[in-house]
Amino acid sequence: MYPSDFRYTKEHEWIKVSGGTATIGITDYAQHELGDVVFVEMPAVGAKITTGQVFGTVESVKAVSEIFAPVSGEVTEANAALSPTPELLNSDPHGAAWLIKIKLADPAEVSGLMDAAAYQAFVSEKETPA
Amino acid sequence: MRYLPKSTSERREMLDAIGAPAIETLFASIPEEFRLTEPLKLPAALSEQEIIEYFRARAAENSVGYTSFLGAGVYNHLRSVVTDSLIQRGEFLTSYTPYQAEISQGTLQAIFEFQTLMCQLTGMEVANASMWDGSTATTEAVLMAERLTGRHRVVVGRSLHPEYRQVLETYTRNLGLRIDEIGFTGTGQIDASRLEAAVTSETAAVVVQTPNFFGVLEQMPRLASLVHAKGALLVASITEGVSLGVVRPPVEADIVAMECQSFGLPQSFGGPYAGVIATREKFVRQMPGRLAGETADGAGKRGYVLTLATREQHIRREKATSNICTNQALCALAVNIHLCLLGKEGLKELAAQNLAKARFALDELEKIRGVRRAFSGPFFNEFAVEFPRSVKMINAELLRRKIIGPLPIGSYFAELTKRGLFCVTETISRTEIERMAEAIREILAKPI
Repeated sequence: MYPSDFRYTKEHEWIKVSGGTATIGITDYAQHELGDVVFVEMPAVGAKITTGQVFGTVESVKAVSEIFAPVSGEVTEANAALSPTPELLNSDPHGAAWLIKIKLADPAEVSGLMDAAAYQAFVSEKETPA
Repeated sequence: MRYLPKSTSERREMLDAIGAPAIETLFASIPEEFRLTEPLKLPAALSEQEIIEYFRARAAENSVGYTSFLGAGVYNHLRSVVTDSLIQRGEFLTSYTPYQAEISQGTLQAIFEFQTLMCQLTGMEVANASMWDGSTATTEAVLMAERLTGRHRVVVGRSLHPEYRQVLETYTRNLGLRIDEIGFTGTGQIDASRLEAAVTSETAAVVVQTPNFFGVLEQMPRLASLVHAKGALLVASITEGVSLGVVRPPVEADIVAMECQSFGLPQSFGGPYAGVIATREKFVRQMPGRLAGETADGAGKRGYVLTLATREQHIRREKATSNICTNQALCALAVNIHLCLLGKEGLKELAAQNLAKARFALDELEKIRGVRRAFSGPFFNEFAVEFPRSVKMINAELLRRKIIGPLPIGSYFAELTKRGLFCVTETISRTEIERMAEAIREILAKPI
């Protein structure tokens, strides 16, 4: 379910690193919790994002949720496809519905995040009925 | 909200259940010095008969038989009893803003119709479910522009209602917004060359009222291009909605903030009224308040939903697009009913009457020696006149003749003493206008 080459945050973002750059999105668990996504708000190219700080919002039918930066960096691209088709976030959160690409401020930061197995365990715990 | 009566024994039971000896112990966290130790100093309760007498006496204080030429943001227009009888239906009168919205189809339909009418009037693409009033709508439009542009300066015409400017200042005092004010020219319109110089790449919005505080129509297309050239947004503020029956709506503006009092709401000492924000669809997610929308249910039947409420404070808390997005549902309903009663042609005719009567009143006043029009710009149903003596003195004399005279503009603009702002609506007859002009002629003919 959760790609093994991604890293994950407790706020349900994923990050995929390739060299000095990375792609960031939200997880399948996050899209499922949000429900039908109707709007995505993202930073402009060139904007700086900071670890743990809000860089965008995802609006679903009943709520607006913040997206937190898994690591620091500078935005090099925002996914233009999400503006006309925000529902992509529900159908392909780990693929076509990536949110932004960044130039990493400190590539070492990524190693502090959860791997797929740890994230799977983290969300399974949440899904356990009370 | 239901009324839940509690007897002494029920109070005791509740206290026992939570283990509190007395109600006072629930306030223990409030330091003693801040607690009230004696009953509030309120007058004693009145009997039913005394209450009726009291209100009879208050009602007898109302002035009757006066002709009023006051406007300046609040307008005396004809209203139909149909509006009052419909809004007093319990389903509308006593219902609170629906949080479980879709269960209240009638309320949502009324909101949807209100939004539709507001879009038709303003020429905008979306309108919200209403705001408190025109002044808060104008301020919320500025805050919206700030969010949209990421800029923190606003340029405001001094010809914007002075009380609207005060509301803007009060709201934004601690928000780090810089407000620059731009004066007006001899036409009564905003000084476009000063405006052009004042708008920079840091300006979020320019606020222009039209017709403005002096009743003068602003040149919105020209102002819009000046504002847009710097990447700022143009906020059009409208206090007299009836003007839209004859005046081209400010379609070049990015946000229209309007007071709807003129559409079926009584003047009523300043409220409650209803404001509205209308804008372009691309800005909708930064628009405060909520939006009702029309859709089809599972069986394909027409139904209404809350299309946009996700950015309201009960969902987004401190990150809401506004912390005051209360919609004036009942007032908006009155506006909706009033406009439907008037219809498109009715509104046009109403506006034409206002225009014609105001023009007639100005012509009559200009025949008086020493009286002249204060501003040369085109106007709708309000205009400013300059007198050879104090407006307050003239008004005191008019009042004795059962005429409520023009607003003394000097009370708001130190440089405009001896100027009075007249408002002439459809409620004033030709005879009353002639009587007012004659009275002023007499008053001015008398030595001071």
